[in-house]
Amino acid sequence: MSPYEEIILDHWKNPRNKGRLPHPDLVGVEVNPLCGDAVRLELSVADGKVKEVRFDGQGCAISQAAASLLTELIQGRSLEELRKMSEEELLSALGGVIETRKNCALLPLRALRRALAQRA
Amino acid sequence: MMDPRRVRQDFPIFLHRGDPRPLVYLDSAATSQKPIQVIEAEARFYREWNANVRRGIYQLAYEATQRYEEARAKIAGFIGAKPDEVIFTRGTTEALNLAAFCLGETRIHWGDRILITEMEHHANLLPWQVLAQRKGAELLAVGIDSEGRLDLEDFRKKLNAKTKVVALAHVSNVLGTINPVAEIAEAAHRIGAIVVVDAAQSVPHMPLNVAELGCDILAFSGHKMLGPTGIGVLWAKSALLEEFPPFLVGGEMIREVWIERATWADPPAKFEAGTPPIAQAIGLAAAVDYLQALGMSTVFSHGQRLTGLALEGLLRRDFVEIYGPKSQEERGALVAFNLKGIHPHDVATLLDQEGICIRAGHHCTQPLHRRLGIPASCRASFYVYNTEEEVEIFLSALDRVWEVMG
Repeated sequence: MSPYEEIILDHWKNPRNKGRLPHPDLVGVEVNPLCGDAVRLELSVADGKVKEVRFDGQGCAISQAAASLLTELIQGRSLEELRKMSEEELLSALGGVIETRKNCALLPLRALRRALAQRA
Repeated sequence: MMDPRRVRQDFPIFLHRGDPRPLVYLDSAATSQKPIQVIEAEARFYREWNANVRRGIYQLAYEATQRYEEARAKIAGFIGAKPDEVIFTRGTTEALNLAAFCLGETRIHWGDRILITEMEHHANLLPWQVLAQRKGAELLAVGIDSEGRLDLEDFRKKLNAKTKVVALAHVSNVLGTINPVAEIAEAAHRIGAIVVVDAAQSVPHMPLNVAELGCDILAFSGHKMLGPTGIGVLWAKSALLEEFPPFLVGGEMIREVWIERATWADPPAKFEAGTPPIAQAIGLAAAVDYLQALGMSTVFSHGQRLTGLALEGLLRRDFVEIYGPKSQEERGALVAFNLKGIHPHDVATLLDQEGICIRAGHHCTQPLHRRLGIPASCRASFYVYNTEEEVEIFLSALDRVWEVMG
């Protein structure tokens, strides 16, 4: 019955990089008040690259799995590169997300963009 | 007993979809499906009688007006009201806005109290909130108990001499609770307060008579009772409609107009500015015919039977948390619930894969969800075309959701 690819269920049940950093350089929070989904991304930065990343949050499986996967996708990449990160990259890494739930999947990406906006 | 399988034959949506999966539609509390009789009645108006009402001299306009007023009389009869007390609106929301605006002009002053309840839909909260802010009145909400029943002791405590309006849902769109409107109205009337009832979830599902209910104003929507969208009803006692100023002004609601002043038509025209939803009124009258042919007592007991089955099945599953009364006798035809630790949107998406439509979200009741301590919930609601088999399909689909996500 699942429109949820294995990867979504896996990240939802076993979230990666969940928690907080003691001294994050960048923080981005994004909330969808309509459904209560919330994602907080914390990044530490060295040489213009993501050194460490953590997420925290609550909500539906898609938003939380996407946040978990996003932490893996951005690890080690330059901030400059991440500013150009496309929605498609995250959606396809999730194995595709049905139309009605794309908004949930993209919540963590919006949190990332907020974090990146702190250091232009 | 009613045979929902025969009823279903009248609903094209269950027959003519391009999807091979049967549609299990459990979201009638949001909007009901429409029988062919309603669709045809609306289409027939456009084909055979279309003209604007109340102003044409020619025969066609006269006939259109006749049909429109016949629709009003039929709908009035459905709730035991007089035709002149029935105002057509866009829906429950507009009806409640009208009620709040007009009561604000005539009855609510600085320092007065307006009582609502914690279980109100935003449509029966925000008009009063805005009114309270506009007039400097006080808005208070009556609490609920652990099973989602109105706390009547809290109601009696909050009902004081300054209370001018008591506004409440007849049936909660989340908890399903059937509120004791008659009892509340009696207490409210003793201190001279006006009682406004949001009947969006009750008129479609149970026999209802405004005199027996004892309220002063009642609002409901056509689209939740097999009728078209874009039409609803505000019923109010004649004396109130006389006392109220108009809500919207413009064409068709006047007696005489000068540049600097005007006089108003009598109710109901006084409250129906502009061209009304004529075809929709006729469609709604056809929906009333359809429901009356089934019999509202039969409609009610069918809803009770399905809700009872759903409740029983949900209560048996220890991974499900339900909201509202645990016994179906105290409920309308809906049940809200959550699968423990799983977001309602995930539940709704997975059920959708099996062709099962349920609602997931806050159902326009954010304060209630805050009170329940949850961000959102799932809701299954039932109507005349739903079968016992569909309830079983729904319950076993929940088991599969739990297998995947739990």
